[in-house]
Amino acid sequence: MFLTSRRRMIAGALSLAAASALAMPASAQEAFSKPKDQVKAAFVYVGPVGDYGYSFAHDQGRKYLEEKLGDKVKTTFVENVAEGPDTERVLRQLAQDGNDIIFSTSFGFMNPTVKVAKEFPNVAFDHATGYKKNDTNMGIYNSRFYQGRAVLGTIAAMMSKTGKAGYVASFPIPEVVMGIDAFTLAARKVNPDFQVQVVWVNSWYDPAKEADATKALLDQGADVITQHTDSPAPLQVAEERGAVAFGQAWDMSSFAPNAHMTAIVDHWGPYYVEEVQALLDGKWAPRDIWGGMKEDILEMAPFNPKMPDDVKAAAQKVIDETKAGTYEIFTGPIKDQNGELKVKDGEKIPDGDLLKLDWYVEGVKS
Amino acid sequence: MNAAILVSILMTVAAAATPLLLAALGELVVEKSGVLNLGVEGMMLIGAVTAFAVSVTTGSPALGAIASMVTAAAASGIFAALTLGLASNQVATGLALTIFGTGISALAGAPYVGITTTRLGPIFPDALADDPYWRLIFGHSPLVYIALLMTLAVWWFLKHSRSGLILRAVGESDDAAHSIGYPVLKVRALAILFGGAMAGLAGSFYSLVVTPMWAERLTAGRGWIAIALVVFASWRPGRLAAGAYLFGAVITLELQAKAAGLSALAPEFMSSLPYLATIAVLVMISAGRRSIKNAAPACLGKPFRASA
Repeated sequence: MFLTSRRRMIAGALSLAAASALAMPASAQEAFSKPKDQVKAAFVYVGPVGDYGYSFAHDQGRKYLEEKLGDKVKTTFVENVAEGPDTERVLRQLAQDGNDIIFSTSFGFMNPTVKVAKEFPNVAFDHATGYKKNDTNMGIYNSRFYQGRAVLGTIAAMMSKTGKAGYVASFPIPEVVMGIDAFTLAARKVNPDFQVQVVWVNSWYDPAKEADATKALLDQGADVITQHTDSPAPLQVAEERGAVAFGQAWDMSSFAPNAHMTAIVDHWGPYYVEEVQALLDGKWAPRDIWGGMKEDILEMAPFNPKMPDDVKAAAQKVIDETKAGTYEIFTGPIKDQNGELKVKDGEKIPDGDLLKLDWYVEGVKS
Repeated sequence: MNAAILVSILMTVAAAATPLLLAALGELVVEKSGVLNLGVEGMMLIGAVTAFAVSVTTGSPALGAIASMVTAAAASGIFAALTLGLASNQVATGLALTIFGTGISALAGAPYVGITTTRLGPIFPDALADDPYWRLIFGHSPLVYIALLMTLAVWWFLKHSRSGLILRAVGESDDAAHSIGYPVLKVRALAILFGGAMAGLAGSFYSLVVTPMWAERLTAGRGWIAIALVVFASWRPGRLAAGAYLFGAVITLELQAKAAGLSALAPEFMSSLPYLATIAVLVMISAGRRSIKNAAPACLGKPFRASA
């Protein structure tokens, strides 16, 4: 290598340094231990931000983040990202665009996030509702949605006349199974014969199909509707038919002022602020967060004034005891669908098993 | 299962079939004129958001439904200008129209997220519309009846009216139609506008009847099913209506079976049933004497340039 001038020598040295930086990135610890003036944060959503449900709630968290940190954070989001190969493309693009932290907010983004996180060790990744993380640059966060489901189950069993609830569900993944089980367990504490009929619509978001599934469940004798899909469609049908229903991820009472009893409200904002603040301070490290009502990641929407007082009191009791840590819905004895004892009296299902839950409790028909 | 449940199920079938039928009827006429417009989904979304916005603003869902036809037809006018005026590729332009419609409806609909409007409900007196049995006939949204009447109208138009014959001539052999003096591009433009208006009306069914609300991608891909239905029906309005109701029945029965706890099969398999049914019927039609190839308008998808 013949360098003819000092200027070229400097340029050469710089490019060499740049090349080595690309080839061998500084250790992740170093990337996250330097305080920053501004953090670029990106969010990846599975649905449209206008779904008024799950993705909407994450986007409210993003807005909360902007509001709290002002100029110190710059956010972008990509919505309607399909779970699968497309996820990788989007994540890679966001990492290449110079984002410091990427929040991938759907269960189905898990494996793509693991893969892309390996390729970009200097970018922080946080994945919602999954169970795979690494020790350098990928953390996970989740909400104990099931705590809210237990509140809904309590209300459902107290308000149902037919003793049967309809459950509009998306995909049989652990998070959804956990919700169905928690709802049913709580309902059967009130009414030991309570039945929960599940209908899978195989989509997170398909208003027409969710509405049709709700109609089918009501036709077949359910008088309470709950859902693990993201649109307010089931609520609207419940309102029309005079049934009881609950909001999903956000207070949806505007769609069904009579049917909407309460809702599980996802409250991601404070967590997003914590993560970005940690990056700003140079103190970020991958975490494993699974918060619930106690940590304020999960809230219940105000009860419908039409709800009878004894139901309100019972629901509030579940909320208070959950916050106090004395109400744990996944405490034995728990029997599965076939009546087999799965969890012994007094035992609790450990978190690790909950995150891989794949069986239904007694009273669930799916 | 008692009769009241059966009535309720049949009502759901009609509601599932109607938007498919409306959109597919429009696309059928477009394709009969020799144009393939893959923008149905986009036009439906534009119609859905317009219908909702107008209904919220004016308080009249009927006005919303009419407005949905106007804006969706305007969107199809862009398609017409590009594919007819500039002879652009119809497949690519149609896909672009879908992407455009998805985006613009999300943008225009942003202020309308999270609110609801009056349902475009039954037009007959409550005594009939709410009766547990008579509602099967009188309890539907007006769009359900309009869809069936339009089926009859489109059939009569294509089969018996002079203009309908000209439209078919343009779709079968644009050069021949042109050489005897028919305005090929004008006929196609009108067909495209009609298709747009029908797609818009189909979209309004989702935002005014099924779920009176606006949310992005509200139609969730139904536009594509409508396009498939046209092929499924081998370009015949009668078969189209039957196909749409069959499709509505398969979707509804799948959910009813699950809700009744009857489903012994995996949910994923049940959900694929409507599509498996489509493939099965397509195979049966293609294997028949009059195959799909012969049923398709000969000039379908070919841009027309008048030779000097």
